[in-house]
Amino acid sequence: MSAVALQMVCIAGLLGLAALAIVLSRSKISTPVIYGATLAVSAIALIGALRFLLGGAADATTLTLPVGLPWLGAHFRLDALASFFLVVINLGGASASLYGLGYGHHDPAPHRVLPFFPAFLAGMNLVVLADDAFSYLLCWEFMSLASWALVMAHHRERGNATAGYVYLVMASFGTLTLLLAFGLLAGPAGEYGFAAIRAAQHTPYAATLVLILMLLGAGSKAGMVPLHVWLPLAHPAAPSHVSALMSGVMTKVAIYGFIRVMFDLLGQPSWPASVVVLFLGSITAVMGILYAMMEKDLKRLLAYSTIENIGIVFASLGLAMAFQANGLKAAAALAFTAALFHALNHSFFKSLLFFGAGAVLTATGERDMDKLGGLIHRMPFTSFVVLVGCVAISALPPFNGFVSEWLIFQAVLQSPDLPQWALKIMVPAVGAMLALAAALAAACFVKTYGVTFLGRPRGKMAETAHEVDRFSLTAMFILAVLCLLAGILPGLVIDALAPVANEILGSRMPAQAAQPWLSIVPIAEGRSSYNGLLVMVFITASASLAVYFIHRFASRALRRGPAWGCGFSDAVPAAQYSSVSFAQPIRRVFGTLVFHARDHVAMPAPGDVRPARLRIELHDLVWNGIYAPIADAVAFSSSRLNRLQFLTIRRYLSLVFATLVTLLLVLAIWS
Amino acid sequence: MVVISDIIVQGVQMLLVLLLAPLLTGYVRKIKARLVRRQGASIFQPYRDLLRLMRKEVVLADNASWLFRVTPYITFAAIWVAAALVPTFAIGLLFNWTADLIAIVALLGSARFFLALAGMDVGTSFGGIGSSREVMIAALAEPAMLLIVFCLALVAGSTQLSTVSHLLASSYVGLRVSLGMALVALFMVAIAENARIPVDNPATHLELTMVHEAMILEYSGRHLAMIEFGAFLKLLLYVSLIACVFLPWQIALYGSGTLSYAIGAGAYIIKLALAGFLLALFETATAKMRVFRVPQFLGAAFMLGLLGTLLLFVSRSF
Repeated sequence: MSAVALQMVCIAGLLGLAALAIVLSRSKISTPVIYGATLAVSAIALIGALRFLLGGAADATTLTLPVGLPWLGAHFRLDALASFFLVVINLGGASASLYGLGYGHHDPAPHRVLPFFPAFLAGMNLVVLADDAFSYLLCWEFMSLASWALVMAHHRERGNATAGYVYLVMASFGTLTLLLAFGLLAGPAGEYGFAAIRAAQHTPYAATLVLILMLLGAGSKAGMVPLHVWLPLAHPAAPSHVSALMSGVMTKVAIYGFIRVMFDLLGQPSWPASVVVLFLGSITAVMGILYAMMEKDLKRLLAYSTIENIGIVFASLGLAMAFQANGLKAAAALAFTAALFHALNHSFFKSLLFFGAGAVLTATGERDMDKLGGLIHRMPFTSFVVLVGCVAISALPPFNGFVSEWLIFQAVLQSPDLPQWALKIMVPAVGAMLALAAALAAACFVKTYGVTFLGRPRGKMAETAHEVDRFSLTAMFILAVLCLLAGILPGLVIDALAPVANEILGSRMPAQAAQPWLSIVPIAEGRSSYNGLLVMVFITASASLAVYFIHRFASRALRRGPAWGCGFSDAVPAAQYSSVSFAQPIRRVFGTLVFHARDHVAMPAPGDVRPARLRIELHDLVWNGIYAPIADAVAFSSSRLNRLQFLTIRRYLSLVFATLVTLLLVLAIWS
Repeated sequence: MVVISDIIVQGVQMLLVLLLAPLLTGYVRKIKARLVRRQGASIFQPYRDLLRLMRKEVVLADNASWLFRVTPYITFAAIWVAAALVPTFAIGLLFNWTADLIAIVALLGSARFFLALAGMDVGTSFGGIGSSREVMIAALAEPAMLLIVFCLALVAGSTQLSTVSHLLASSYVGLRVSLGMALVALFMVAIAENARIPVDNPATHLELTMVHEAMILEYSGRHLAMIEFGAFLKLLLYVSLIACVFLPWQIALYGSGTLSYAIGAGAYIIKLALAGFLLALFETATAKMRVFRVPQFLGAAFMLGLLGTLLLFVSRSF
């Protein structure tokens, strides 16, 4: 069986599971059966894709099914790029299924989730394998609808209906733009196969339009600012393992679509296109993390942080486009590999963090960080693996997030070779924005972890929390280990990504596995090198030395006592720093500009016993500036057009007649 | 045999930073005291402080978790590794290629990440206020630092400190506007990162002004000793960084013999003394600024770094 056939069989298996879930719907065994089988199928698909990628992905295999449009059929193709994204999807799918085995038990209405979960996975796999525009759009829409159904799984909870509505509108809009983009790519000849599109010549105007449409379509699915508004509503609304899939995996499918069209189908990218992508990517990175910093809902915070990471990936892709357009092959491969590496890393740690949020939700029933705290004492394993995720996402060595950011910075440092002035001025600013986003991400995750897991519990629910089940813990633990492994052995990951870069850009990073001591060296050792393994060994060794000497020579006495409160020990846990107060300095520095943030303090007069109140005013400028006016305009025009529903027959007929005359007149003038 | 001697030289460097770090802090304190016509404690006082702290028992808050207890060691280890990777008396040491300047900045970031978490662990308002201010300062200082790194890397064509130092020691580079901007910015970042006046005052215990001290308020005994030691090392790291990049004179080359190493070590001590004196002079001459003036201070460093980088992107000869 060829590699692509194996993948198609797995997808068929997933679709079969979706059907089985409907049959089993209300029986007790449905949860373990469906998640267990999904885990098995995803694992097989993962191994198949991994073998294809690690085997060098030399020969792309195709498969044509006699379904779809009559003269076209449905084409599917497995190449290096597709196999990388299949690895991301199925790894996410397998870990989410494993997590679901435990988490699913707490679901009050499993029949609302079970059929759509394997269907959603199948949809994502199909998008990546599709090799003609028709199947691509069909699968894309299937993926969107399956995920929409999952968002609406708990449709009675507050806010979820709105989330589902906004998601549906944005997803339809995205599909529409993709449809137009593929229409432009196919051209007048109407060749919908990817092979034909790849071979065709595209005019610069068409290419520009395709760029804009792809940014709107794939960008809205990925969560690029200002098209991100649906994402922080929809991702948290779904059950937590689905949130992990949507944030960690579905955004990657959107990135796949962007890469496939802009790098593969459209041929050589142009440098002005890269300016747009760089600009949007860096804005997205900084805005996303600032939104996250202001957020106190655990899952919404994670969703906003996804927006940041998407921004980083797009900025890196923009760099790759700039290099590729100017023929700087090695640098292009570096930036492109960095983007893929970061996408992979993000799927690891974002899934892990969403699983962690799900564990907290199971244990306490609470998503508001300001009602949590002290969970490190009651959920020791969860808090440990989530700590790993927080360190990894904050881009700190020796974990994986640092490696991909390091590679991106190395790519930025290659950019003075670019000949265009716009890029010469743009790229340092992008580097600065990315550095800012990285630093803010660390601040944001100190807040997230500190408020949720550390300190004293702020409510009854947090006080009585218990550790979650073994399946959930295993899933999180595996992802945490992957975060560490990708961080200390990055050379192996880079080598595995080499066929993808080779296929798309025609160049690759130098082989890293041959480097002494397993360092990574993007260009040459004299320029830069990093060795995650040795950094890890050094830190462990020096920490052990310090511990040894302290325990050998210093006093080992230890006494427990109450915390020191400057003479006034506050017994109320609410007096601790909350997420809102933690964010206050950053809100004051960045928020006044970006969110028009104001703090209002109502301080009662002396003698008055009312409590002082602090009110925070934040404005989402993107929503107020773009979406609210559009919504108002739609409401206004629809209320005006509403009158047309109540006309008499005579008026309807004259309306039809007038329209006909106008159209004929237009036609007459046109020709 | 070559590898063994290399490891010895690297080990000497690791021990050297460990031994010199408290001395540098003691020296700066002494100079500051003398500048305001006080006698001041002996320059060996930080060693005595460390020993005394190690002999004391640890008083741990009831609510403190394991994270609170391991943080001092993680922080110390991360800073020590970072400090050992900055060339002091010689460049091209065995493990120099392990991590470049970006990784050194990130290692310091790891140390701060855990320290800020520990500040939140006990669940008092003081820890929270310290952590929240510390991450605000870091969120501005870290990007500024990275832009300085970009600046240096673009001049030297490398982010490896050994290569940067080697190149700047040669007459090839000469005076440059961008390097001047980077130096000023690096000095400002170093002030902020080390919690020195005017950004923070490590000697104060006044709630309204303290940042770093509030974060570590709950620490005592051997834990506090490790954190203090980490802070000493960090100051030494920044001074060594400025010295090896901007004053790379007489720094020994890899494998250039014992005499050359000795000269390098002597030059290094002189550079430390000079930098410590200037730091004390600067701190005595300025007043602590309000917490919300710090963003402007660091924003200036950020802009200087960006401007320097931009100049280098526009023309290689600036």
